[in-house]
Amino acid sequence: MQLATLLIGLISATALWSGVQAINQQARNAYDRAAATFGGTRTAMLVASDAATFPQELFVKLRRAGWPVSPMLEGRVQINGRSIRLLGIEPVTLPVDVGNAPSLGRNDLAAFVGPPGQTLVARETLGDLQQVEGATPAISNGAKLPPLRMQQQLVSDVLVVDIGAAQRLLGKPDQISRLLIGKARGKPAPLASVVGDQLQLVEPNAETELERLTDSFHLNLTAFGLLSFFVGLFIVNSAVGLAFEQRLPMLRTLRACGASARLLNTVLVVELVALAFVAGLVGLVCGYFIAAALLPDVAASLRGLYGAQIPGQLTLRGEWWLAGIGISILGALIAAATSLLKAIRLPLLATAQPQAWQQAQHRWLILQGTAALAVFAVAALLLRYGDSLIAGFGVLAALMLGAALILPAFLEIILRTGQRGARSPLALWFWADSRQQLSGLSLALMALLLALAVNVGVSTMVESFSRTFLGWLNGRLAADVYVSAPDNAKAVAIRNWLRERSEVQAVLSGGRAETQVAGQPVELLGLPDHALYRERWPLLETAPKAWTQLVPGNAAFISEQLSRRLNVRVGDVVEIATPGGNWELDIAGIYADYGNPKGQLTVNVAALLRHFPQTPQTRMGLIVPRDRIPGLIAALQKQFALDDRSVADQATVKAESIRIFNRTFAVTSALNAFTLGVAGIALLTSLLTLANSRLPQLAPLWAIGITRPKLAAIELTKTLSVALFTALLALPLGLLVAWCLLAIVNVKAFGWRLPFHVFPQQLVELVAVALLASLLAALLPVLRLARMQPATLVKVFANER
Amino acid sequence: MLATGLVATQPRHFPSKCATQHEGKFRQTPFIVLDIKNLSKTFTSAGEPVHVLRGVDLDIKAGERVALTGESGSGKSTLLHLIAGLDAADGGTIALEGTEITVLSDAGRAALRRDRLGLVFQQYNLIPSLSVDDNLAFQARIAGRHDAAWHAELVERLGLANLLKRYPEQLSGGQQQRVAIGRALAIKPTLLLADEPTGNLDEDTAENVLALTRDLVARTGCGFLMVTHSLHLAATLDRHVTLHAGRVS
Repeated sequence: MQLATLLIGLISATALWSGVQAINQQARNAYDRAAATFGGTRTAMLVASDAATFPQELFVKLRRAGWPVSPMLEGRVQINGRSIRLLGIEPVTLPVDVGNAPSLGRNDLAAFVGPPGQTLVARETLGDLQQVEGATPAISNGAKLPPLRMQQQLVSDVLVVDIGAAQRLLGKPDQISRLLIGKARGKPAPLASVVGDQLQLVEPNAETELERLTDSFHLNLTAFGLLSFFVGLFIVNSAVGLAFEQRLPMLRTLRACGASARLLNTVLVVELVALAFVAGLVGLVCGYFIAAALLPDVAASLRGLYGAQIPGQLTLRGEWWLAGIGISILGALIAAATSLLKAIRLPLLATAQPQAWQQAQHRWLILQGTAALAVFAVAALLLRYGDSLIAGFGVLAALMLGAALILPAFLEIILRTGQRGARSPLALWFWADSRQQLSGLSLALMALLLALAVNVGVSTMVESFSRTFLGWLNGRLAADVYVSAPDNAKAVAIRNWLRERSEVQAVLSGGRAETQVAGQPVELLGLPDHALYRERWPLLETAPKAWTQLVPGNAAFISEQLSRRLNVRVGDVVEIATPGGNWELDIAGIYADYGNPKGQLTVNVAALLRHFPQTPQTRMGLIVPRDRIPGLIAALQKQFALDDRSVADQATVKAESIRIFNRTFAVTSALNAFTLGVAGIALLTSLLTLANSRLPQLAPLWAIGITRPKLAAIELTKTLSVALFTALLALPLGLLVAWCLLAIVNVKAFGWRLPFHVFPQQLVELVAVALLASLLAALLPVLRLARMQPATLVKVFANER
Repeated sequence: MLATGLVATQPRHFPSKCATQHEGKFRQTPFIVLDIKNLSKTFTSAGEPVHVLRGVDLDIKAGERVALTGESGSGKSTLLHLIAGLDAADGGTIALEGTEITVLSDAGRAALRRDRLGLVFQQYNLIPSLSVDDNLAFQARIAGRHDAAWHAELVERLGLANLLKRYPEQLSGGQQQRVAIGRALAIKPTLLLADEPTGNLDEDTAENVLALTRDLVARTGCGFLMVTHSLHLAATLDRHVTLHAGRVS
């Protein structure tokens, strides 16, 4: 039994830990790939000091001055209503050390730069665009892309063309977004002497923007992995502890026969390492399957939350296998440390107990309680003075560790109170025996507490988010029908056609452009001045007459996450780069923009078009009576050959948004369930191992006239009682965890703060789940006791036992 | 077999249920509390049947104190377990105050142990989570036969007054066995069964514990069957029977 328990613990710990690590590794590989392609933030570059683009002649000047620079133009185009990043590169000058770029650009160089040129595209993007190789799809301004060519190594959601083609497609002749800097052979002339202050040097960053953004997500996954790992180690610790207790007489005998403590410990360690090795291998295989099962949802979450593209297929490096085996062995040694120390200090002769179990337990509880208070103090300090995501997770970790440490003391107080109030002898024994069992069960109960608290916390957070998100979505999706035209010309035709339709009460044309604020990429959203937005667009903070301020074009609303990132409040001014120079905007309001990885500013659409004349005007929202929507959509599709992706009613868009939202939290739910499952296993293994050692305590009760079924029922009630008390403590702890997630971690990780709600029904359901898990865990040992043959119980009294 | 008139000659302040029923009728002739006839039990060891008991006949009268000896593996403990209803016999009958144990259900045997039998084991088998006081009263209270005066007397006579708040693991072997004897006698049983009660104790302590047990058994008037290896201790009881080759002689 102990062997099975030990292996289950190690396999669970290794599987969940290595599964999460495999996912993280996969994602980091993808970020590296993205960062390495055409000079992400890992390449030094020159950018305009105060504009999104700068003239091409600066590139020529720098090349002449000996600067190994390569030009690049970046923008967004729309294909069939889908916005996609377009990169223009100059393959001849592209630095060799810019990741895998040269192989992409220089491969068949003539075909790439010469007419008609090529558009390099990843396989996934080709599929997303519903195009085939060789196709020349049109973009929103009517221009056609060079023929598409699939490029395996390329990241998703990017189209790569020659810079000349990019300038034509984006309508930016002789303009460059940035200059990538290669390795200089000699020492080039100082930058200022060549281009003055028109360009500024951006040093390479060890961490990409994507990595910075996704840190919180991976930290979250790692936290879950760690939690499961420790819960697994709890199982190992209890199994090793019990095995040691059972082997104690044998170890004493061996010591008495002359075996040294060092020899015995070496043998014990070798045995443990061998078992950990086998369990680690099995755990790694399980971890691989867990990662493979979770990866599609993780990829969906990362795409939904941060726009990061992760391949859905798992590839693992050799170091993952080695690390997995290492963590299994290390975990086993940590979990067995106390038992191994005991074996080293083992006295040859068993001595009488100096203290009663209650005194020993009392001292142990005081020690743990003091440690818990110290950990809570750390949590309070982090809460007061910490100002980072790590500090937020630190508060969470300290809270949970403190709660786990204080749990036995909390249970002891309840059980002691119960014992004091007990009148009948069986009730007295019930409480007293529960107290005595506390030390044997406390690790499993701690695991249950942590798993439940995390469940309560994450479920409350997700449910709060869900409610807020739905309310927000109802406000944001103000129009009844959304239309996305393939290009500007068609958009004009559609708009004219719609004006003739009696059922269309309003056509709301918007637009989007990309720019930079304080060096950060920002999306500019243009909204028309319409009463519908004033009524329904949700604003968190607002200046007086905010919507009226927006109309002249010198004011903007800012998304919550961008306002936090830039530390901008209502009344402040932000300056954004436009093709025509800087644009100063007064901040008139702050709005929630959940799920958008980018910072966003909302301005009047007319003002947007004045500053960004190239902005595609292909998207529009329509106000239509509800009963006329299906007819209008059908007529639009027929008239302009638009597919379902180009015309959608509000309900469809909402359903799609909710589907993406739910998938985003699918991984969290799965890990939640895994953690609770491992906690259940921890409880089961503890109860099974305890059941064996409890026979000498139960047999006398049976001998003096308590039937086996009654004993089994009492044992079951005891387990369910302590599980219930644990679950009741987990509820406030879980709500505290939820508050930390909503008020600290979310704000640091995503930039938005959500309102805190409590969902009583959800809490009741979780307590029921905890009791069910405990019932399932207790059922096997209890059934074994109920059906135990008298001969087994009698053995307890046999002298030769 | 020897029949002693000890019960009749001892003061009987605490008559057992059976003794109360029969007191008038059998005042001069103690009635039989335990009556075993042709009892057999076979175990299987390494695929081979081992006939431990081959037709045991034994009776014990109220107040009678009987020592059961025999070599190791002769079936002494098995016989005790069968009498206590802890194990089921293959054949024969065991009657406790006229109640046939071998036909009782598991629950019936449990009720019989709870209400009418006192059990004392070599390993003491006290309840570690309960104090000495609670251990002493435990069986009597679940049987609904707790008698505060008798409890107090047991505490005094067993010398446990200063140990009541302690827990079993804080006691010496002799002290633990005294608590076990007190617990068994607290219900004023019909029959006290003891399996090597002094096996873990030194000679002096063993004699003291047994002397106390003899006194208390005499005080309650119950039957007493003690399994022991010690012929010296066996000789201090009213009757000495030996189990050999599966039969009592």
